[in-house]
Amino acid sequence: MAKKESTFKNMTIALFVITAVAGFFMAAVYSVTKEPIAISQKAKINNAIKMVVPEFETITDTVLMPEDGTDSIRIHRLLKGTENSGVAVETYTDKGFSGRFTLMVGFTPEGSISSIEVLEHKETPGLGTKMALPAFKDQFKGLKIADLPDGKLKVKKDGGSIDAITAATISSRAFCDAVNRAHQTHRKGEKQ
Amino acid sequence: MEYVIILISAILVNNIVLAQFLGICPFLGVSTKTETAVGMGASVLFVMTLATIVTFLVQQYVLTPLNLEFLQTISFILIIAALVQMLEIILKKVSPALYQALGIYLPLITTNCAVLGVAILVIKKNFNLAESVVFTAATALGFAMALIIFSGIREQLALANIPKGMQGIPIALVTAGILALAFMGFAGLV
Amino acid sequence: MNQFNNLSKGLLRENPILVLLLGTCPTLAVTSSAINGLGMGLATTFVLFMSNVFISVVKDFVPDKVRIPAFVVVIASFVTIVDLLMQAYTPALSNQLGIFIPLIVVNCIVLGRAEAFACKNNIFSSFIDGLGMGLGFTLALVTIGSIREMLGTGSIFGHKFIAEGADGILVFILAPGAFITLGFLIAILKKINKSS
Repeated sequence: MAKKESTFKNMTIALFVITAVAGFFMAAVYSVTKEPIAISQKAKINNAIKMVVPEFETITDTVLMPEDGTDSIRIHRLLKGTENSGVAVETYTDKGFSGRFTLMVGFTPEGSISSIEVLEHKETPGLGTKMALPAFKDQFKGLKIADLPDGKLKVKKDGGSIDAITAATISSRAFCDAVNRAHQTHRKGEKQ
Repeated sequence: MEYVIILISAILVNNIVLAQFLGICPFLGVSTKTETAVGMGASVLFVMTLATIVTFLVQQYVLTPLNLEFLQTISFILIIAALVQMLEIILKKVSPALYQALGIYLPLITTNCAVLGVAILVIKKNFNLAESVVFTAATALGFAMALIIFSGIREQLALANIPKGMQGIPIALVTAGILALAFMGFAGLV
Repeated sequence: MNQFNNLSKGLLRENPILVLLLGTCPTLAVTSSAINGLGMGLATTFVLFMSNVFISVVKDFVPDKVRIPAFVVVIASFVTIVDLLMQAYTPALSNQLGIFIPLIVVNCIVLGRAEAFACKNNIFSSFIDGLGMGLGFTLALVTIGSIREMLGTGSIFGHKFIAEGADGILVFILAPGAFITLGFLIAILKKINKSS
């Protein structure tokens, strides 16, 4: 086939056909992958909930706006039969070393922290990423934020009780910020 | 206050070249002279801000309402390419002086991943239009600043006595690494 | 041209990153670990050889003046397809690489090969060329990723080889380490290419 000349008609037809074919393929792949993407995102959230509150049967979701924050927070209330088995709160902070990161914080029915999982983050590998390790996050287990002085978690540098990760005070501080936000929003939800 | 934080964080803390690794090609390519670095910086500021406004509106009013978010990549790159092309034509007609100054950099900008990168980042960060504009302008200023500082260093470097194997790109990359190290000092600012 | 030559040139002699200096942005950004480098390399390879093949098929049908926009549409479509597939089947990796997957569109290697090779050669050569260049890109990314991971965290592909609790030279997985590693690697390859 000879090379087509650059006439207006040829150019329009060529671009149109290519765009149409491309659009068709993209739409096809999109419709095939739509479900797996949704499933994998849902599975990720469900796994995180299971990690922070091990025993539950049903989940009811509520979405609430935190007192200080830019986005709403999703609270998963967990029931075992009719019994309250705690809540899991998807929280965030914008104070991370590289911007926003998100956590899943579990609270027992009594209001103390049961466990914390890191959902998404962009913190520095080898420094901020240590927040996902038990050595750091396990010190939150069993804490009842409402009983702390000021009713807030703080790192030791700021007069609190949390040991910050060496050389990653910013990430540690941001971690506390996210957990505090989860706690506040959870309490706000209980009052309603 | 919020705008000031966005500004400082985009220029210094999360500098687009030295911390986010976007726009490295022009950073290495046009940084041998300070004069060209200034020209490139100005063109990027211009194009990036304009492109982000357009892509932001397209995302907000076309892609999201129609549930076509998966077409983001293709529509953004086409918008940027068309915009750069149009800008070139308009500048040539309206302001030949400005075209003289920025013209040669414009075609290079289409393949500058910083422009597409920022357009996507703005959507990912859930900014509103005003925040997007501030963020984009600040990012572009950060790019221009890094580029101008770097070109100053490279002008000096050209006169230095460097081992043969390290001449050219290798020493430029090592220098950029040290510059990035210096920029890490800004980390605690925000 | 001999096909084997065509395949192997991308690996060393015309390695897109280390010799031609194309696609430096993703190279520096995603190579904080070997596995990230591998993921990014394979994603780019896929886009590269698919678009190379496709473009060499349609090259006669596209008039010269709209060549570039047509190529960009083709490349952007393949990138979107890779992006969607990765989100669906390798969500963790897709999360790690983040914005750099859509940015394959503006990776100069892809458009560069389309312009310099695929639009002049037949389907089979273009296929081989895309594959070779992609593998060269992947090889470079994995090398840089491994060096940075080994020096920075004392592990390789996630397997730690230094004592538990010990740290590596952190700067290598941070931004400055990326620039410095690439700088030295290019210097070394320059030396190798010259002596052979």
